[in-house]
Amino acid sequence: MIDFELSPKMRATQKMLRIFAENAMRPVARQYDEQEHEKPLELIKMVHGFMKGGIGGPAPAGDKKEEGDKKKKKSEVNFATAVTVEEIFWGDAGVALAFPGEGLGGAAIHATGTPEQKERFLSRFKGDEPVWGAMAITEPEAGSDSANIKTTAVRDGDEWILNGEKIFVTSGKSALEDSKGLVVVWATVDPKAGRAGIKPFVVEHGTPGMQITKVEDKLGIRCSDTVSISFMDCRIPADNILGSPEITDLSKKTTSGFKGVMKTFDATRPMVSAMAIGVGRAALDFLKETLAKEGLEVRYEISPNRMTSIERDIAELEANLKAARLLTWRAVWMLDNGERNSLEASMAKAKAGLVVTQVTQKCVELLGPLGYSRKLLLEKWMRDAKINDIFEGTGQIQMLITARNVLGFGRDKLK
Amino acid sequence: MVSFSPSEEQAMIKETIASFATDQIEPLARECDEAGEVKEELIKTGWELEIIPSSLPEEYGGFGESPSAVTGCIAFEELAHGDLSTAMHVLSATTPAYALFLYGTDEQKKQHLPAFCGEEFKAAATAIVEPRYFFDASSLSTTATRDGEEYVIKGEKCFVPLAPESEHILVFATTNPGAGFASVDAFLVPKDAENLVIGEREKNMGMKALATYEVSLNDVRVPLSSKIGEEAGIDYLKLLSRSRLALASLALGMMRKAAENSRDYAKERIAFGEPIGSRQTIAFMIAEMFIEVDATRMLIWEAAWKCDRGEEFAKDAALAKNYAAQKCMKICDGAVQVMGGHGYVRENMPELWFRNASAFSSLEGIVMV
Repeated sequence: MIDFELSPKMRATQKMLRIFAENAMRPVARQYDEQEHEKPLELIKMVHGFMKGGIGGPAPAGDKKEEGDKKKKKSEVNFATAVTVEEIFWGDAGVALAFPGEGLGGAAIHATGTPEQKERFLSRFKGDEPVWGAMAITEPEAGSDSANIKTTAVRDGDEWILNGEKIFVTSGKSALEDSKGLVVVWATVDPKAGRAGIKPFVVEHGTPGMQITKVEDKLGIRCSDTVSISFMDCRIPADNILGSPEITDLSKKTTSGFKGVMKTFDATRPMVSAMAIGVGRAALDFLKETLAKEGLEVRYEISPNRMTSIERDIAELEANLKAARLLTWRAVWMLDNGERNSLEASMAKAKAGLVVTQVTQKCVELLGPLGYSRKLLLEKWMRDAKINDIFEGTGQIQMLITARNVLGFGRDKLK
Repeated sequence: MVSFSPSEEQAMIKETIASFATDQIEPLARECDEAGEVKEELIKTGWELEIIPSSLPEEYGGFGESPSAVTGCIAFEELAHGDLSTAMHVLSATTPAYALFLYGTDEQKKQHLPAFCGEEFKAAATAIVEPRYFFDASSLSTTATRDGEEYVIKGEKCFVPLAPESEHILVFATTNPGAGFASVDAFLVPKDAENLVIGEREKNMGMKALATYEVSLNDVRVPLSSKIGEEAGIDYLKLLSRSRLALASLALGMMRKAAENSRDYAKERIAFGEPIGSRQTIAFMIAEMFIEVDATRMLIWEAAWKCDRGEEFAKDAALAKNYAAQKCMKICDGAVQVMGGHGYVRENMPELWFRNASAFSSLEGIVMV
């Protein structure tokens, strides 16, 4: 049955998060935009208190199978995360990204780790102190082209030795310097094996041979740290490789190797869409409230031909934002039902990433000099929004994935 | 709990209509357009899908309960995936039938509804659109003025489908000009009423197989009992919104067809030694088409779901319809573009979809879920 009603529990969570976002996040949003590289420690402790394990740690479809649940069980885990993410990003994207928890590292562990590894690596996020997880995939010469990873992992007895440089690691400093966290590093065990040789490794904080070499200054999401990490003969235990160390036979349906990256993205991309929608809704809500104070109500039901230009703009932005949300919901619903959602996840992210940049930019434009002023948060939202069309795969990459799926073309036929 | 799965019944309806659309409607779409009429056999088979009887209760000759907007949207998408003119023709009686069922008095329902559940196709026209610039369904120019035991209706209508073959025409008119949606009522006017003039068949850019007419009402007098719902009247905005969902679903069906056509062509057409779909400039057009087809369907489904639950859905339906109209035009334009010159010639379908697509921005009311 087609149904769009959130469960009562989810609605209650949504309501609670909304109050939290409005009262605890909005008031500090500007401060931590201007004081880049500082964290709202009080808020983080509080968040850790009521959300141990954190947000942004979606559980991909694979998890349920391992629990021996043969009958498809309806889960709402990813859906609940998407709803949560939208609310707190409505509060503030920068602050929300600085919240502790499993993060992308957790997502990769969920997607590729064995049950034993999940237990070993993820339990720390439920402790008393806030802990961050991060994921390192991008390199100076390999951004969207993540199959071209140069970082190497060489087996030496009971250890793996990592060498290479990673950039744009979200929460890398939080995970490795500010807490007893971890980073999942994607490296190749055999450069000749191409994509199949790329494997995920867990590197824990304090591991010798790993060093943060740069903390980025950014356009937006300034409360969240983005770092470069250098690995120089960094030794980690042999069983820190997630999943199987075998170079995967691509004809087999396994999730190790580069497929693990893709599976991680299937879970994280809809969450980035939810982030985008939260920011977009913040801007649109503000615009509508401001105009309502000026006595302008949008007449949605009349013909667009007779709407004012501003009414037409708002109606269009609203429809686009709603469409993006529904595409996102579909992608996470599929994930919760154990269905393959790579296409739908990319569709949602392509749409949401684009829509949020358009929504926030239009809102700034429509509110004129006040929209542009740092007295309001609107200009910040416009800067924050832009990242959603970039991280976890740019809008162009999402279009490429969508096109390949729709056309049935592999990488060889559609470059 | 949120779910994107149609029910078993909905899946079955979708499948039945899809095979009719693919096997029978689609192969005749071009011929219908060129001939300017929908083939008799398609009207017959289309009517036999029993879309209206399945939405009306037994006492009026049907075998359902009440029209479900979600099910209607799923069905309408599939019909238009075959051909828009044929879908419009087959569905043209939905507005009078559902307006009567939802707001008619018991007597009106008993008198009129069984005819919509018969074996023979029943033409029943709806006159809502008006031939003027910036037409807006929220402010109709056609007026209905009470005069003793009668209403006097005055105004010009256009895009009235199947007017000459209809027994009655459902005319939407305002009883209080300038008072917006709340002032609009619907009147079941006999086609041969005095001072009602059905004009020449209209010549439109697209949907050429659908016969539409201008209708002039020059002080047409009808009894009070011809007003749907009599004293209580109708909820015009709700009817309009149900109609917007219907139109949006038809736009969706056609644009989906256009997107699929573009995809198939881009895979086969070789240029510079490889399929044109191997170039991002074409591939991204096609990716966007498919994203927007799904996005449009989500907007429609959510609004229809609200409608079925009895929630406010007028805003959602308007957003969905305007979105569908825009995306339909964009995708059908893209479908011509992907094929280049081959898309521009009448030997291929995209030029037909391109002409059809432009109708959605101005159409209102003539079909309903």
